Amino acid sequence: MSDDTILLDHGSGGLASQELISGLFLKHLDSPILKDLEDSAVIDNQAGKLVFTTDSYVVDPLFFPGGDIGKLAVHGTINDLAMRGGRPLCLSLALILEEGMALADLEKIIISIAQAARESTVPIVTGDTKVVPRGKGDKVFINTSGIGVVDPTLSLSSRNGTPGDAVILSGTMGDHGITIMTRRAGIALEGNLRSDTRPLHRLVDAILGQYPDSVRTFRDPTRGGVATTLNEIASASALSIILQEEALPIKTEVRAACEILGLEPLYLANEGKCLAVVDGAQADGILALMKQQEEGREAVIIGRLEEGSAGRVLINTPIGGSRVITPLHGHPLPRIC
Amino acid sequence: MKYIDEYRDSSLVKPLVRELKKSLTRPVRLMEVCGTHTMAIFRTGIRTILPEGMEIVSGPGCPVCVTSASHMDAFIAMAEIPGVRVAIFGDLFRVPGNTGSLANAAARGALVEVVYSPMDALELARNNPADTVVFLGVGFETTTPGIAATILAAHHEDIDNFCVFSTQKVIPGPLEALLQDPELNINGLLCPGHVSAIIGAGAYQPFVDQGLACVVAGFEPADLINGLILLAKQVGDSTPKVENIYSRVVSWEGNTRALAMVDEIFEPADMEWRGLGVIDDSGLTIREKYQKFDAQKRFDIKLVPTEEPKGCLCGAILKGQTVPPQCSLFSTRCTPSTPIGPCMVSSEGTCAAYYKYGRDR
Repeated sequence: MSDDTILLDHGSGGLASQELISGLFLKHLDSPILKDLEDSAVIDNQAGKLVFTTDSYVVDPLFFPGGDIGKLAVHGTINDLAMRGGRPLCLSLALILEEGMALADLEKIIISIAQAARESTVPIVTGDTKVVPRGKGDKVFINTSGIGVVDPTLSLSSRNGTPGDAVILSGTMGDHGITIMTRRAGIALEGNLRSDTRPLHRLVDAILGQYPDSVRTFRDPTRGGVATTLNEIASASALSIILQEEALPIKTEVRAACEILGLEPLYLANEGKCLAVVDGAQADGILALMKQQEEGREAVIIGRLEEGSAGRVLINTPIGGSRVITPLHGHPLPRIC
Repeated sequence: MKYIDEYRDSSLVKPLVRELKKSLTRPVRLMEVCGTHTMAIFRTGIRTILPEGMEIVSGPGCPVCVTSASHMDAFIAMAEIPGVRVAIFGDLFRVPGNTGSLANAAARGALVEVVYSPMDALELARNNPADTVVFLGVGFETTTPGIAATILAAHHEDIDNFCVFSTQKVIPGPLEALLQDPELNINGLLCPGHVSAIIGAGAYQPFVDQGLACVVAGFEPADLINGLILLAKQVGDSTPKVENIYSRVVSWEGNTRALAMVDEIFEPADMEWRGLGVIDDSGLTIREKYQKFDAQKRFDIKLVPTEEPKGCLCGAILKGQTVPPQCSLFSTRCTPSTPIGPCMVSSEGTCAAYYKYGRDR
């Protein structure tokens, strides 16, 4: 590559674009379908229903402890497919690059995408690149779409909750959100704050393999955090959700950062966790199974669904009191003092 | 986590809850002065376990909430001056004035940066020599020393493109004025934790002399409930005094070094409070010696008197005269996403606390 930054020429469709595609994208992304460089990918007919999703990634900083924008773009879309019970088949990858972006950063991101796709065994099969003039973007924006297949007898939905169901969280809350916020603020904290970005399709597959009839829904509590997702489930199922504050899994360093910044872990984004609403009678079995998987090692039952005010999420505090948990309003802002 | 877990330990806190019930021998009406206490009381669920006969009203101690609409308008006007980059604490971002909010100004192209410390604003000034960085100083005694230290640093480094728009306020004087209202009928004060770390627990002695029970407490469940127990006992026994149960942070005389630094940079000034009007000597303005760091002087900013939003009861809520559910705008037109009054937008605002944690009560 002749220059060390992205030029408008790289998005022109001409020689520079081809150089970028063959010299960088195809060098790292090893899907045979992608290598054909056709206008679209042809995928074999699959048994079952199709699940289809799309998501865009605009995170700042691009690189952070535990991951980067590329990993997020792969894991996030895989997880959206998995939450509906989908077995991910393939992803698309569209990049909007800002003129002047360091090529070395782009290569790091592409390598990370390739690695995440390989580890997830979900190939990138089609893609697109555009370049916008300097100042019209922010280094790189990524969109990924994904297709998966789902067992036609499954219908996971936030509407499916019934009284007595248990809510299981697959691991600690807020790791991703607080990592990004402290990085953005330039706050250095002791301890090991890391994004939790990871694919969840294997965890989902393991649970559905053994308990296909006991899962009401899976949801990944990304932006808005566990609080907002649970409010959506409570509303959709027209039930109350009662949480136990003492059960909430939160890493010490996440709690410490939240104390300093005046934030609540319940509202912070997660990129590698799922909430499973499951038949209360099977909850212990499902929990034990989740804990056997790497992705669910720290899973806990955090609450139950109950009859009561539809759409209300209540938390029982350690002192024996309670409070209402509302969805996130705006974006989380640190407080004055 | 040290200094947190032991104060949240339910095996410790639950007996305190039982003691709270026993300690109440007559009805009491208490005020929590500080916004962080307001939030902590909701967050821990203390409101749901209060014994019958104990009432807690929220005081004026949320810095964003008492920032007047005319100051907000001046902040927004300042942010829209070309070449100005304003630095703010996050809470201010969405507070509405009459001309929208700083969030709206940012969307129109104004340079608005959320910082975590005034020193970060000074860093912005160093990194953006072509801009004038204006830190919007909002807060009580807790934030003032940090701002004073930043102005001193700017003075020593001779940084020209940095200044502060001070709406800094002090707590004891206005609180005393507020408590003169006979309708309020307060028996005791849960005194602020962070503010007291600076001004010292001794600052509340004048309230005791007026017959008010005073307890300085921290923000964890054990701190809060213990504070309420002591307040109930003081009121019950008619033995008002200042008790400091936050001695891990607060001393009797306060942080004398911080106070000296504040005195070096600031002098008392009349200040407008949202809902309370202009209160003599209730604010802090930058002394003449450091006036090049005074944004109001540098940009010749005049405050334009504005009316409170129609129907908004923030003023009465700040005075403890009413509670958010009594306001017709509360949780209908006024929500954290579409705040009309400042008590809804600040994370420590009474309306936000009621909305977030206590709408059903």
